Amino acid sequence: MIKSKSTKAGDIIIMIICLFLIFICLVPLLNVLARSLSSTQYLIRNEVLLWPKGWNLDAYATVLGKEKYVHSLWYTALLTIGCTLLSLFMTVICAYPLTYDNLKGGKVLNVLIIFTMYFSAGTIPHYLLLNNLGMLETVWCLVLPGCLSVYNMIIMRSSFFGIPMSLREAAEIDGAGPIRTLVRIYLPLSKPVLATLALFYAVGRWNGFSDALLYLKKRDDLYPIQLYLYNILQNSTSGEVAAQEGFSTPGLSETLKMATVMFATVPILIVYPWLQRYFVAGVTIGAVKG
Amino acid sequence: MSQVKQPSLSREIRTGKTNWKNYMQRYGTLYLLLILPIIFFALFRYTPMAYILMAFKKNNIIKPPWLVDWAKNNGFEWFIKAFNDKLFIRALGNTIKLNLLDLVCGFPMPIIMALLLNELAFKRFKKFTQTVLYLPHFLSWIIVSSLALRLLADNDGLINILYKRMSGNPEAVIPFLSEENWWVGSYIFLGIWKEAGWGTIIYLAALTSISPELYEAAAVDGAGRFRRIWHVTLPGLRPTIVVLLIMRLGSILGSEFDRPLALSNSLVSNVSTVISIYVYQKGIKGGQFSLSTAVGLFQNFVGVLFLFGANKLAKHFGERGIV
Repeated sequence: MIKSKSTKAGDIIIMIICLFLIFICLVPLLNVLARSLSSTQYLIRNEVLLWPKGWNLDAYATVLGKEKYVHSLWYTALLTIGCTLLSLFMTVICAYPLTYDNLKGGKVLNVLIIFTMYFSAGTIPHYLLLNNLGMLETVWCLVLPGCLSVYNMIIMRSSFFGIPMSLREAAEIDGAGPIRTLVRIYLPLSKPVLATLALFYAVGRWNGFSDALLYLKKRDDLYPIQLYLYNILQNSTSGEVAAQEGFSTPGLSETLKMATVMFATVPILIVYPWLQRYFVAGVTIGAVKG
Repeated sequence: MSQVKQPSLSREIRTGKTNWKNYMQRYGTLYLLLILPIIFFALFRYTPMAYILMAFKKNNIIKPPWLVDWAKNNGFEWFIKAFNDKLFIRALGNTIKLNLLDLVCGFPMPIIMALLLNELAFKRFKKFTQTVLYLPHFLSWIIVSSLALRLLADNDGLINILYKRMSGNPEAVIPFLSEENWWVGSYIFLGIWKEAGWGTIIYLAALTSISPELYEAAAVDGAGRFRRIWHVTLPGLRPTIVVLLIMRLGSILGSEFDRPLALSNSLVSNVSTVISIYVYQKGIKGGQFSLSTAVGLFQNFVGVLFLFGANKLAKHFGERGIV
């Protein structure tokens, strides 16, 4: 197709707008990265913009020397892996039976499950329930209440629906039971969606802090990294935690905080671009058929 | 697909005569699989609904709510109290105001960005742009708030550093996070910054289902870029836009928790306290469980009403709706 001059000009304008959007997306991160790598003297004089001045990795070394922080990082990583595996398991065993349309009671169950997506009891009833179950101040309150997301379950189910029914029937005729069919046929064919859901669950757990804030008051050894960060950033002016951890030393505290922020961000930045192809498909399935 | 040869069992079910023994032998494992999910939903989603009774009972957290006496005014004491509480009214107003602003400013952004990406001529650059635009979605609100603080803070925020240099006045400051109206603007902007790119995914997917023939026909008719967008692309996106708009309207009274908590500070609490924060402060911190349950119930109930209302409205105008 031959393009007219005005079309070419239009292409260039659109590209410039997109470059501008990319710039807006990246500026805050570059700024924090630059600050975390700069020496304090330049920071105090407000001379650091998007490029580090007085390059050094001291802040990162100091942060890695903080036992509590490193503990929190490891603990959150383990928690994230555990929660993700559990959630994937729950999602699969919930979605798979619901793909059998001759399953008795399946329709009712489906409605009951979807209903919880639109109406929830609210913060306080959930809190009181966990209180009565004795789960407050334990790690379980971070794991169990969120271990199955209806939205993700719908994505999983839609993906199962996309697998030709003839495959299942062939397996049934060959004498395979539902579980064997699931493990041998459905799961291997659903790897991209499983990867997407793993990403969603993992990011949700890695980034989540409100459950910990609500349900854990005394056990700061169970704080996930984000709540730990929240306390550092919030208390920077008033202080307890900040002072304990050496975050309140003027100047130094700034680069330290930025380094802690970078540590909590980088794991996700490393993972998500590789899964982009898959999660785009995942979101789309969930939206179209949900 | 059901025309394919069926296992004999399915045929029996279809004719209404179930051989239960056979059925359970074959499909019993499916129910075994469902046990854990059913326990999950019963325990963590439906049991809390029994605790909603708290909203109509006296404030007592030691006994389960069904053993507690009814609250005053036929059980509606806490609702009456909430609506006489200036702080609640303010939280309600803030919630609606922030959500409406989010809707007006935030809703069109992913659509505009998707249209831009769709018009982008260079495929590799398009992919790179998408990767970058999806990035903020994966950051937590805590991280976003610390990024925002470095960018927008009064004294050492990036923008104010530049502003001071350019204006030549070291006292010149734009109070992005410390003055109420500016804070509301920053709150909305950061919401867009975080989620608009992610929101494009759904529209880009919808765009792929628009037939290229429509574009060719439009081009033959001499339509330029804008007319093509207006007459082909946007109508193609309409069903998606309507569905997302319904969902958005359904959550007009809903309030996020992470976002206002992470972004607010003591200088702007008058405009930043939304219902979820109010519930947290009154309930978890203040021990007023009945009052905050009542508030939460009101919020969720109105949310469902709005959702169905918007859905009905959409159907009235001939759209597909969601339910």
